[in-house]
Amino acid sequence: MGEVTILKIGKNLIVPIQIELHDQSARKLQRDILNYIEKTGAQGLLIDVSAVSIIDSFLGRLLVETAKMAKLMGTETVLVGMKKEVVLTLIHLGLTMKNLHTALNIEDGLALLKSLTGRTYEKNRK
Amino acid sequence: MKKTENNKNPSRAEVWEQEISIYEDIILARQKVKVMMQEMGFSVLAQTRIVTAVSELARNIVIHAGGKGRMSVCEVSKTGKRGGLKCIFEDRGPGIENIEKAMQSGFSTSNSLGLGLSGAKKLCNEFYIESFLGKGTTVTIIEWLP
Repeated sequence: MGEVTILKIGKNLIVPIQIELHDQSARKLQRDILNYIEKTGAQGLLIDVSAVSIIDSFLGRLLVETAKMAKLMGTETVLVGMKKEVVLTLIHLGLTMKNLHTALNIEDGLALLKSLTGRTYEKNRK
Repeated sequence: MKKTENNKNPSRAEVWEQEISIYEDIILARQKVKVMMQEMGFSVLAQTRIVTAVSELARNIVIHAGGKGRMSVCEVSKTGKRGGLKCIFEDRGPGIENIEKAMQSGFSTSNSLGLGLSGAKKLCNEFYIESFLGKGTTVTIIEWLP
C-alpha cells in the first residue's frame, strides 16, 4: 500500500489522495498532515478526493476532524473533488460534513483558500 | 447454511468468501464487491452505495467482533427475473444486546459516529440482521438490479 504525497506549493499544502485508504493509513495521513503543517506553517490545506471512490462514515469523520485540527493550528482547509455518487451516498448515510469548506475542483479550491487565508492576513495586519 | 445452498445452485452463482480480520481486509472486500457489481451492470451510484455499506459492515467485524468473522458475496435472482447481489457478514463476536438500539442512527459503543449499521441499512435495498449474545452477529444485505 503506497503513501499519500503531501505537496507544499506556495503557502498551501496540497494532498491528492490517490489510493484507497484503510483506517490505519487514513489515521497516518492525518498525523502526517499535522506534522507538515507544524513544520511548514502552511496557511492553507487542500485535500483532493477526486480519485477516492467511496467515503464511508470513518473517512468522512476523519476528514472533518483533520480540518478542525488544522484550523486549531491556524490553517484553513478546503476539500475538493467529491464525486456526485460519493456525495449522494454520504447524505444517504446521514453524514453531513458540516463546517467544512468545499469546492468542485483544485482550481476553485485554491481560489477559495486564497480568499479564506487572505482574510486572516488582513486581520493580522490591523 | 446459506453459503452451501449457493454452492449447490449451478445457475451462474459465483460465490466468493473472505475472512475479515484486519483493516486491509475491508479494502479487499470493497474491491471485490465493486468488481462484481461492475460485471453485473450496476450503476456507479449503486456501486458506491453498496461498497460504502460493505465498508461499514466489514469494519464492524474488525472493531466489534475482534476480527473474527467472514464475508461472502454471491449473485441471487428473484424468480428468475431480476438479478441481485447478496453480501453476508458473519462474525463470532459478542453479539448485540439490543438490536433496536444498535440500529439507531448515532448509537455507538466505540466512540464513532454510530452510522455504521443504521447507515448501511439506508444504503441497500434489503437488510437483515440476526444476533445471538455470546455467539455472534450475521448481517445480510441485498441490492437488486433496476
